[in-house]
Amino acid sequence: MTYHNPPTTPRRSATFDDYTMSEIRRAAATGIYDIRGSGAKRKLPHFDDLLFLGASISRYPLEGYRERCETSVTLGTRHAKKPIELKIPITIAGMSFGSLSGPAKEALGRGATIAGTSTTTGDGGMTEEERGHSQTLVYQYLPSRYGMNPRDLRRADAIEIVVGQGAKPGGGGMLLGQKISDRVAEMRTLPKGIDQRSACRHPDWTGPDDLEIKILELREITDWEKPIYVKVGGARPYYDTALAVKAGADVVVLDGMQGGTAATQEVFIEHVGQPTLACIRPAVKALQDLGMHRKVQLIVSGGIRNGADVAKALALGADAVSIGTAALIALGDNDPRWEDEYQKLGTTAGAYDDWHEGKDPAGITTQDPELMKRVDPIAAGRRLANYLKVMTLEAQTIARACGKNHVHNLEPEDLCALTIESAAMAGVPLAGTGWIPGKGTF
Amino acid sequence: MNVTTLAKSPQREVNYAPRVFDLDTAPLRELNLALHQVTDAADEPSWEVINPKGSHAVAAGVAQPIAVEVRGSVGYYCGGMNDKASITVHGSAGPGVGENMMSGQITVKGDASQYAGATGRGGLLVIEGNASSRCGISMKGIDIVVRGNVGHMSAFMAQSGNLVVLGDAGDALGDSIYEARLFVRGSVKSLGADCIKKEMRPEHIAKLKELLDRAGITDVKPEEFTRYGSARTLYNFNIDNADAY
Repeated sequence: MTYHNPPTTPRRSATFDDYTMSEIRRAAATGIYDIRGSGAKRKLPHFDDLLFLGASISRYPLEGYRERCETSVTLGTRHAKKPIELKIPITIAGMSFGSLSGPAKEALGRGATIAGTSTTTGDGGMTEEERGHSQTLVYQYLPSRYGMNPRDLRRADAIEIVVGQGAKPGGGGMLLGQKISDRVAEMRTLPKGIDQRSACRHPDWTGPDDLEIKILELREITDWEKPIYVKVGGARPYYDTALAVKAGADVVVLDGMQGGTAATQEVFIEHVGQPTLACIRPAVKALQDLGMHRKVQLIVSGGIRNGADVAKALALGADAVSIGTAALIALGDNDPRWEDEYQKLGTTAGAYDDWHEGKDPAGITTQDPELMKRVDPIAAGRRLANYLKVMTLEAQTIARACGKNHVHNLEPEDLCALTIESAAMAGVPLAGTGWIPGKGTF
Repeated sequence: MNVTTLAKSPQREVNYAPRVFDLDTAPLRELNLALHQVTDAADEPSWEVINPKGSHAVAAGVAQPIAVEVRGSVGYYCGGMNDKASITVHGSAGPGVGENMMSGQITVKGDASQYAGATGRGGLLVIEGNASSRCGISMKGIDIVVRGNVGHMSAFMAQSGNLVVLGDAGDALGDSIYEARLFVRGSVKSLGADCIKKEMRPEHIAKLKELLDRAGITDVKPEEFTRYGSARTLYNFNIDNADAY
């Protein structure tokens, strides 16, 4: 009898998985690193790893539809003569005209205005459709200064100095030539069709001491009327928040690594920065240590998807949250209705992230006149408003269940964590225990 | 000289004497607010700021064609985002003088620190002394004339406009430059990535003459300058250019 050695099952490497090997082959074939939009796609500790405890004998809930649960937030109370009043604690994050189409920017303004919140310009300046359709518009002050001018600075409702963003803390940007239409080129003072680099550092200041003087200048130019935000990527949230406060910020915007971008290197998105969940408590601690919690407002962004995420961010100490990727999905980004066209681009609905190429079938991340017609700014704005209202209702539902008459009254004591990692990052006890890793033992 | 703080006159008579503002006795905020409240330059065409003593953001955000004489040295961002005004600093200027200027003219009688004219979009910035590093960084249409030398990384990522240097330029002039034109009369320590020496054609001579005239410089000739600009090899990403980044 002949004995055959049984074959082993083919074994794939956990290190060299299919995606990794395909990326090696792509890099070898093209000689170009992978550039894409959106934020970190890897699995990260996130708000899903937290749970609310709800009311019990020790605390009573509020009646769902009868007892009010407030959601308003005021931003810029520290120095600005004209702080911003928002009806809901969810704002629309900065996204540029250039990376987004004009109709998409208009839809963001329309949706935010219906919902009673603010929207934000991006790298590329302020457009008329955005200003015209946004009741409250935050004007970003970026290293590139594309489109920057004092008139727009004065007709903004707030100014956001962008130091960094969660998708690429320490990185600049690149709008590839194929998205540079005549209008985009004119706004950026550059020839059509060439790659437009956005610097990673501001051209006229470095460090917190300079930032303080830059903030002074912007306040002087706008006669101390506008709230001034400072946006940082989730890198060193304790120190960045403390330094922004020291420099005179009215509001700190903290963007974790799930926060999206129009385009940057995949290696940057996935390997630089901290998860949003890990950033909030250090930032809040910095504010508390300086006696500035609730005096300097904290806006958290990066992977906010629903009212539970909103409530959890607020419970950890944020004053508001900001959404970008989720807002684009509400407008129609990655909608399965365009699946045939996503397939032609070598991807699928839900995974499309080559926003920099300007071929977005949904007409959002493009400057193609035909594609952008697919965005009806009125209908898309209405969808965004619906989504914002649903998120707000969800956050209120949770807050009432925890016995809070304002979403800002949510607190870390309302939370527990499902994993040791999330317990440590959020500074709340592991479920079923009183153990907060890093804060002593059970 | 009458030194007053700014109580706006109820009369709307044209005031040809400069309105004087003493930063020793009144806060910067009042100066800039008063400058911003000028709605008709003909009413108050002439302003004088005394005792600036290195104050930051002096005459920032002015939006009328008025004249502002600053008697002394200033700190950061003097004339920031200036639109239409003519500002003269009778001293030296700290970092970012004339940053993001839209139009008008700023003249610094002394030296200027880093980032002079950064991201400027229009107008003329004249520095009669030397300018430090990153002069004209990311300039977007401004014209800058420096009678002395400029420091390293000047005209970094300069998009458009003209930088004229009567003296020498430091390291990495015009690094990653786009369409701005650089004219240097003296030596250039080194050129930055994608910046090259270019031919001085008649239109460049004419433009340079115009710039020198506007800056009030009559003792040098345009023909004494060398032009530098973009080789345009980095305009679209190519992995084979990675060494240049």
